[in-house]
Amino acid sequence: MDLVITFDNVAYSYGGGELLTGVSLDIAPGSFHFLTGPSGAGKTTFLRLCYAALQPTAGEVRLFDRPAQELGRDGIAAIRQRIGVVHQDCRFLDHLSVADNVALPLTVAGRDGPAARRDLDDLLGWVGLSKRADARPPELSGGERQRAALARAVIVSPDAILADEPTGNVDWEMSQRLLQLLVEFNRMGRAVIVATHDLGLVRVAKKQVPARVLRIANRQVTAAGADL
Amino acid sequence: MRRFVRQAAEILRGDPAADRVVPPTGITARLTLFTAAAMAFLAVFALALSLAAGRLADRWSEELARGATLRVSAPAGEMEQQLAAALRVLETTPGVTEVQPLTDDEQRALLEPWFGPDLPLESLPVPRLITFQETGGGYDPDGLRLRLQAEVPGAVLDDHRRWRRPLLAAASGLRVMGWSALALIFGALGAMVSLAANASLAANAQVISVLRLVGATDDYIAAAFVRRFTLRAVAGAALGTAVGLAAVALMPDTGDTGGVLTGLGFRGLHWLWPLLVPLLAGAVAFLATRIATTSVLGDLP
Ligand SMILES: Nc1ncnc2c1ncn2[C@@H]1O[C@H](COP(=O)(O)OP(=O)(O)OP(=O)(O)O)[C@@H](O)[C@H]1O
Ligand SMILES: [Mg+2]
Repeated sequence: MDLVITFDNVAYSYGGGELLTGVSLDIAPGSFHFLTGPSGAGKTTFLRLCYAALQPTAGEVRLFDRPAQELGRDGIAAIRQRIGVVHQDCRFLDHLSVADNVALPLTVAGRDGPAARRDLDDLLGWVGLSKRADARPPELSGGERQRAALARAVIVSPDAILADEPTGNVDWEMSQRLLQLLVEFNRMGRAVIVATHDLGLVRVAKKQVPARVLRIANRQVTAAGADL
Repeated sequence: MRRFVRQAAEILRGDPAADRVVPPTGITARLTLFTAAAMAFLAVFALALSLAAGRLADRWSEELARGATLRVSAPAGEMEQQLAAALRVLETTPGVTEVQPLTDDEQRALLEPWFGPDLPLESLPVPRLITFQETGGGYDPDGLRLRLQAEVPGAVLDDHRRWRRPLLAAASGLRVMGWSALALIFGALGAMVSLAANASLAANAQVISVLRLVGATDDYIAAAFVRRFTLRAVAGAALGTAVGLAAVALMPDTGDTGGVLTGLGFRGLHWLWPLLVPLLAGAVAFLATRIATTSVLGDLP
C-alpha cells in the first residue's frame, strides 16, 4: 500500500518567520506516531498540513501518493473522507444533536444507512456518550466534546486518524479509553498521529503498540529520544 | 454542465439529510418567499398586458392589411371614363399598390344580399369600387383627396382604417413593454435571491467550514443551499401566480372591443402561460443561488 502521508522538505510560514523548515518524513499505513513539543511549536500546523487545510510554502506534501497541491477542492474533500481528524477546538454543528454530529462524515459521504446507525450506537457507547446522544453540542462538557470529536473522526473507518490533543480535557481513566480506541484502530491497520502534551499517555501507549514519538522544536520535526 | 444537470436532478429528488446539515434561516426564507410571490404576481399582470396588447395589435394589423377602397359614382354614361381616371390617379400616387377595380361579378356578389342575384349592374347607377393597398411608407391621404377632387369628382376615398395605424404602433409598443417588464421582473427576482443566498452563506460560514472539514464536497454544500432557495422561489411564485390569476379573472371583461385595459385577461390556451411563471422563477433562483454558492465556496479554504 502507498504511504499515507509524505513530507518532502516541507516549510510552512503563516506570513511571519518560518514555523517549520525542511521537514521530511513518511507516515506509513498502520504506523502510530505521537507528536510532542512546546505549546506554539507548530503541532496543529503540522497536522493541518497533513489534511490539506494548509498547503506548504515550500517543499511538497503528498497524501496517498498524490501531491496535496494538485488535489483541487473535490480532491481535498475526498481525502478528508479517508483521513479522520480530531480538532483541537472540536468544531460541531450546534443545530444538530450529538449523534447527528458524530454521523456527519457518513451523511456528507451519502453513507448514512441503518447499518451505519448501528455502528454509531456502538461507537457512542464506547466513548460513553450514549446518554448524551440527543443533546446539542453546546450542552456538552469539554471532555464530552472531545469524546464526540474522536467518535466523529473514526466513524467512517478512515485510513488515517489525526488527533490534536484528544485527551486534553478528560480524566485519566477516560483518556485511557480514548487511547484504547485509537490503539484498536491502529491494530486494524490504520495510521494514527496523536499530538499531545501528555507523556503519561505516551508511555501507556508504547506498552501496547510500537509507537514512535516525533518532537517539534526549533522548526524541525525529529524522532524523540528513547527515554520516553 | 454535467454537474449542473446532476444538481438540478438532485434538487428534484431531494435529500432530507443534506437539508438538515444547514440550519434553517428564518428571515431570509420568509423574504425570499415574499419576494418570489410579489414578483410572480407582477409577472402575471405583465404577461396579461403583453398578451392583450398582442391580440389587439394582431387584429388591427389584420384590418389594416385589408387596405383601403375608392368608391366612384357617376351617371351611367360617364362611369367607364371616371373609373379609368380614378385608376390612373391611384396608379400614379406614390405609396399606393395593388390597385384593383372590383369586377362586375365581384360587385354583384357584394350586392347580392340586398338586391338579389340578377342585378343589372350596367343599367343602375351603382357606385363602382376600387381596392388598393398602401406600401410600407404609406401614402398622403390629403394629397390623394385633392387630386381626386380635381380629376374624378365622383370618387370618395374610404380609408377609415388608416387612423388605426398609430394605435397599432402603440399596441406593439405596449407588447414590447410588457415583455420587457417580464424580463426585468425575473431579473430583479434573480438579484434578490442572489442577495438572500449570499446573506445565508455568510451567516453559515462556520457550518460550511465544519462541513468541509468532515469531507463534504462543494457540490454537496451548494446543493443544500440551491435546493432550499429554488424550492422557496417556486413556492412563493406559485402563490403569487395564483393570486395574480384570480385578480385577472376577476377583472371586468367587456370583450375584445374594450381595448387593452378592459381586455386585460387571458383567452383560451393563453391561460396556460402563467403556469410557466413558477417554473421560470425556480430556474432563475436555481441559477442565482448556484452562481452565488460557487463563487463563495471557491473563496473558502
Ligand atoms: N492562522 C494563523 N495565523 C498566524 N499565525 C498562526 C495561525 N495559527 C497559528 N499561528 C501561530 O503559529 C504558531 C504555531 O501554532 P500551532 O497552533 O501550530 O501550535 P501548537 O504546537 O499546536 O500549540 P498548542 O500546543 O498550544 O496547541 C503559534 O505561534 C501560533 O500563534
Ligand atoms: Mg495545537
